[in-house]
Order: sequence, then C-alpha cells, then structure tokens
Amino acid sequence: MEKVKVLRKYPPKRDNILLILHELQRLNPNNYLTEDDLRLVSQYLSLPISEVVGVATFYSLFSLKPRGKYLLRVCKSPACHLEGAVSLLQEIKNYLGIEEGDTTDDGMFTLETSECLGHCAEAPAMMVNDEVFTKLSEESVREIIDRLRRS
Amino acid sequence: MRLARSHVLVSIDIESVASGAWEVLKRLKEEISRRGLLEEIKVLETGTLGVTGLGVVLAVYPERIYYGKVKPEDCPRIVEEHFLKGRPVQDLIIKEEVVRAVRRDLIGPMREQKRVVLENSGIIDPEKIEEYLARDGYTALEKALSLTPDEVIAEVKKSGLRGRGGAGFPTGIKWEGARKASAMEKFIICNADEGEPGTFKDRLILEGDPHKLIEGLIIAGYAVGARKGYIYIRGEYALSLHRMHKAIEDARKYGLLGEDILGSGFSFNLEIKEGAGAYVCGEETALMESLEGKRGNPRIKPPYPTVVGLFGSPTVINNVETLANIPAIIRKGADWFRTMGTESCPGTKVYTILGDVNFPGLIEVEMGTTLYEIIFGYGGGIKGGKKFKAALVGGAAGVFLPESLLNVRMDFDNLKQYKAVLGSGAILVMSQEASIPKMLHSVLYFFRHESCGQCSPCRSGTRELYRISGHLLERKGKAEDLNTMVKLSEALWYSSLCPLGQSLIMPVKSALENFREEFLPLVQ
Ligand SMILES: Cc1cc2nc3c(=O)[nH]c(=O)nc-3n(C[C@H](O)[C@H](O)[C@H](O)COP(=O)(O)O)c2cc1C
Ligand code: SF4
Ligand code: FES
Repeated sequence: MEKVKVLRKYPPKRDNILLILHELQRLNPNNYLTEDDLRLVSQYLSLPISEVVGVATFYSLFSLKPRGKYLLRVCKSPACHLEGAVSLLQEIKNYLGIEEGDTTDDGMFTLETSECLGHCAEAPAMMVNDEVFTKLSEESVREIIDRLRRS
Repeated sequence: MRLARSHVLVSIDIESVASGAWEVLKRLKEEISRRGLLEEIKVLETGTLGVTGLGVVLAVYPERIYYGKVKPEDCPRIVEEHFLKGRPVQDLIIKEEVVRAVRRDLIGPMREQKRVVLENSGIIDPEKIEEYLARDGYTALEKALSLTPDEVIAEVKKSGLRGRGGAGFPTGIKWEGARKASAMEKFIICNADEGEPGTFKDRLILEGDPHKLIEGLIIAGYAVGARKGYIYIRGEYALSLHRMHKAIEDARKYGLLGEDILGSGFSFNLEIKEGAGAYVCGEETALMESLEGKRGNPRIKPPYPTVVGLFGSPTVINNVETLANIPAIIRKGADWFRTMGTESCPGTKVYTILGDVNFPGLIEVEMGTTLYEIIFGYGGGIKGGKKFKAALVGGAAGVFLPESLLNVRMDFDNLKQYKAVLGSGAILVMSQEASIPKMLHSVLYFFRHESCGQCSPCRSGTRELYRISGHLLERKGKAEDLNTMVKLSEALWYSSLCPLGQSLIMPVKSALENFREEFLPLVQ
C-alpha cells in the first residue's frame, strides 16, 4: 500500500512527522489528512493520537477536512494588500460562488487565504497547489480558474 | 507568469528626443508586441541614461547591454536577434568604457550594486555544482579545513558579521558560545523559514545559489564542532526545496558532505526539514520545537540555543543570508569584508523593495546606504510620479517611516536611534494614495492570524487590536481608541513570551505617532 511506502521512507522518529504528514496529504486526491492517516502516523511514530492531531492542526498547510482538487491560497499580507488583494479575493469568491474556506460543489476548488508567499515584488500573488501565480488581475484569475476547470 | 525577463530602458532627454526617441519607443513596443514578448520584455521610459552624443540610447537589463544611435528601423532587428534569439546586435552596442563611466548615477535595476551573497544568483545554473565550483566554489571550505576551528571563529568575529535574520546578533560570538559549550553532540540549523511579509531574499539565495549556503553551513559545523546540520525551509517554497535537495545530493557525490570531508577527518551531514505554514516557526526556539516534530510554540529563554538547543544540545541557528556571507569572509578575509558597510555593521545587506515604486525587486548594497537611495535610486522612485508617503521597513514587525526619515543610513544600530529596525530588510513603499490605517489593519490581521496562542497577552491582545482597528475603519471608533491601541501594544511588549507578541509595538506606535493625522478623522 502506498501509504506504508511513504512511512517506510522515513525512520520512525518524531522529528519526521511534518515530512510524513506532507506526503500523506499530497497522496490524497482531496488534499487532506484522513483519520486513517493520523492513526497510521500515530502507530508508526508511537505517539498518542492526540499528539498527532495537535501537530496537524497547528500548521496551516495541513487540513483535516476534504478540499478541492485545486487549492487556491490568496496572499493577504501587506504588499499584496497594497496591490489590491482584497478586491481580487472578492472577485474569486464571486466567480466561484463560494466563501473563504469553502469548496465548490463539484469538488474542483477550495479557496483559502495565506500570509506572504515571498513573491511580493510581483504582487498580488496566489498559490494553486504547489504553483505560484503572480501579478494577478481580475481577468487573469478568471482565466486561470477557467483553464484549471478544463484540465 | 513571472517577473519580466528583461527590462529595456529608453532614454528620453533633449538630445535623444531630437534624434527620434519617441519614434523608437513606439516602434520597439510594436515589435515586442508583434512577437508576443509583452510579458517577458518590459519597455520603460527613463530620463537621460547619462550617455551623450550617441542619439537614442537603449539599456537592456540584466544583460547590461547599451545600444546607441538607435533608429526606429533598427527595432525589428533588436527584437528578433536579441530578445527572441538571445544574440545582442553587435554593431549597435556602445563600448564598455563609455558605459562604465556613467553607471553609478543610474536609477533602477541598472544602478551599480555590491553583490556578495548574490554574486552568483541569476548568473550560474544553480542545479549544476560544476558552475559553482568554477567560480571559486568550496575553496573557502578547503581553506577553513586547513585552519583550526578557533581560527575560523576568530576570522568571523573579526569580520564583524551580524545576523541577517533580523536581530543583528554578532555571528562569531554566537558560534563561540556553542563551541565552548561542552556536549557530546552539537547542531547547526539554517533558518530558511522566511515568513516575514515582504521578504523573499532567502528564497533567491536558496533558488539561485544553493551551494553557497551549503558551504557556509559546513564551515559553521566545523567551527562549532557539529557533525549534523538542518535546513528548515518553509513548506510554500517548492522550488527552494527541490534545488536544495539536489544540491545536497551533488555535494555528497563530490565528497563535500559526509564522512572525512576532503580528507580532513571532519564529517558533516545535512538534512532538509520542511515547514508547514506557521510564521512563528521562524522564531528560533519555535523552529526547534517544530524541527523536533512538535507544535511550533516558542520556548522560554534563557537557556539560549547555544547552550540548550535542538534535542537539548548546544545549537547555532543562523539565517540564510548570514550563512551565505561566510564563504566570502573565509576566502577573502575579514579585512576585505570590513571595507564594506559601516563600522559597527560591516558588509552588505539584501533588501526587497516593494509597493508603489517603479522597480520593485531585490538589491544587495552596502550597509549604511540611505533609505532615500534605496527607494529613489534602486527603486526608481514612486510609480506614476506620485509623492512618497511612507515606507514600512522590516516587514510586518517593522516600522512605518515618514518622509522626514528618508535620509537615515540603514544599519542595525543607526535605525535603533529612530526606534526603527532593519528586520528582514523588506521595504514596502507607499505613495500619497495609500491609507496608513488600512495598511496597519492588514498588519494587525497578520499578527492576529499568526499568534500561536501559547501566552494570553499575545493571544487576546492581537485579537483586540485587530478588532479596534476594524472599528476605526468602519468609523465606529471612539477618541480614546487610539490611546488604547498604543497602551495595548505596550502591554504586549512587556508581557509576551516571545518577540512575535513583543514586536507589535513597532508598527502600531510608528503608524499612530508618525501618521496620526490620518487616524484622527476616523474617531471624530
Ligand atoms: C516571529 C519571528 C519570526 C522570525 N522569522 C525568521 C525567519 O523567517 N528567518 C530568520 O532567519 N529569522 C527569523 N527570526 C529570527 C530568529 O529567531 C533568529 O534570530 C535568527 O534565525 C538568528 O539568525 P541570525 O543570527 O543569523 O540572524 C524570527 C523571529 C521571530 C520572533
Ligand atoms: S507572544 Fe504570541 S507567538 Fe509568542 S509565544 Fe506568546 S502567543 Fe505565541
Ligand atoms: S505580501 Fe503577498 S507574496 Fe509577499
């Protein structure tokens, strides 16, 4: 089973927990950590399940509920804010018909906000899964969303 | 989508206009558009480029190529040959001597920088160790291994290098502390969690010159007596993670990492850890908690990491830019390093210039360069010819500086006089049109979101400050709210457990003091 393969890549030491959680989450088509994942990690690292949940919930890149195929994370930090991140976020909300934190009914998109993504000279920026998109405008985000929808 | 590949500056002055600069500009734009290069090649009008007697002058950056006596009919050739095929048009190029004489007075990306940590970024292929080796790569390591660890530390101390992660602590003294601690095991950590809003300098080192960082880390390990190092990279930096993994693998193949490095008997290994989206993990003790696989809650200091650090062992933790300075210091010596910068802060500093400037981006200049020169020289001044209002210097945990402080020389000590900080080196520029209350609100949102919640002053204080500032923006505020905000941030300064809660006082006080007139109408 693929999950077991992921675990085996790392020695069963606690300091590998973030790397393992990252990989398990990436395996999941819905971009989240299932109860089964957390239980596996708890057994593999000999940690109480509450500890594993405690770690997973501390970090904003992990989710314990299912997310869309594409995770949009729009930067709201000051440099992007100055370049219109707020109206951009509103445009995405309108276009997808969802609120921040929600997933579209077809399971394609989840909308989240994020702090600085380190692409501030090309603000405003957002990440879609592992890819960064910059210098966004209301037209270009609509284009990006349309393109992802077709793919 | 990406940053423009090249910028073309077109000189617009009396001489060039008489020679047809506007016609050249128009034709150039048409050709670039016709070739579908609009996203990649950016054309900018600028004042004189300083070259006289050569008609219309174009400057192409980052290639640093100058064309002279350009006529509209040359444009198709320049676009086709240079921008499309990468072959500069030789017969139009201005001689190097002519160009060198004027370069210092230029603005924007053409202006002369002092590159130490960024010397290779954008020049070498970061995925090829051979290219790093060809530019004196790993010769500093060789030299360090021929010295004793104490001699290495003495050189770093003498250089006066101070930590570039924000606090400016002397690096040599930190190393010495860990070296003197007696323990079976010691660690080196590279802090690559870069989460300070407006900062991406470390990303460009990780992506652009990963081996420089590795070399710095091995030297640090040797000096301190550590056999193991960690690079903690924020989870959002996918390309940095990829490049660092590759670089470590290649260094291992060349015998630069692992057992008995270069036959010196010294062994050192590096491991990469990936963060998962928590700004507070950039704080050194929180980072260690996270690296150990726990929630990233900061620890109480003392004990300091050099005594009790990762897994309870003496640990040196340094920022990416700090470590990237080490190879040059060892290779060229502390005296060379001290020829740059100021007496108490030698060397260079990498800044990110953002917001309402003509040339947002990354520069490396000597410590002590004025804010004015950074914003108006390198940043090219305010977009659209507007007026400067403020610069948020040092990231979210930074200070809103007004126009009257533009002439401040930027280094760790000098900024302190003005109750400001250099921080991460992020400079967010705001024009007359920006609203300081709105920017402050965005900063407070950031702190509320990133407070780890471990101690109650910060947990409830950040929420309360955000709430009050929101009220102000909705015009529901009361006159005493402004004082309450200052008082609250002072309370956080006294009682928070870690610098995250403590540093909120910087943006809050500076905004309310330096730009009070923008807040007053909100409470009337
Ligand atoms: C909330 C917070 C976030 C921080 N984030 C970073 C960071 O992203 N990168 C960094 O190098 N230092 C960061 N620091 C500073 C570190 O705690 C530490 O001082 C630094 O890594 C030491 O390295 P240096 O001596 O080379 O500067 C942060 C500090 C605080 C309080
Ligand atoms: S000051 Fe804030 S971030 Fe620091 S420990 Fe307390 S709650 Fe956490
Ligand atoms: S502020 Fe948005 S990417 Fe940095």
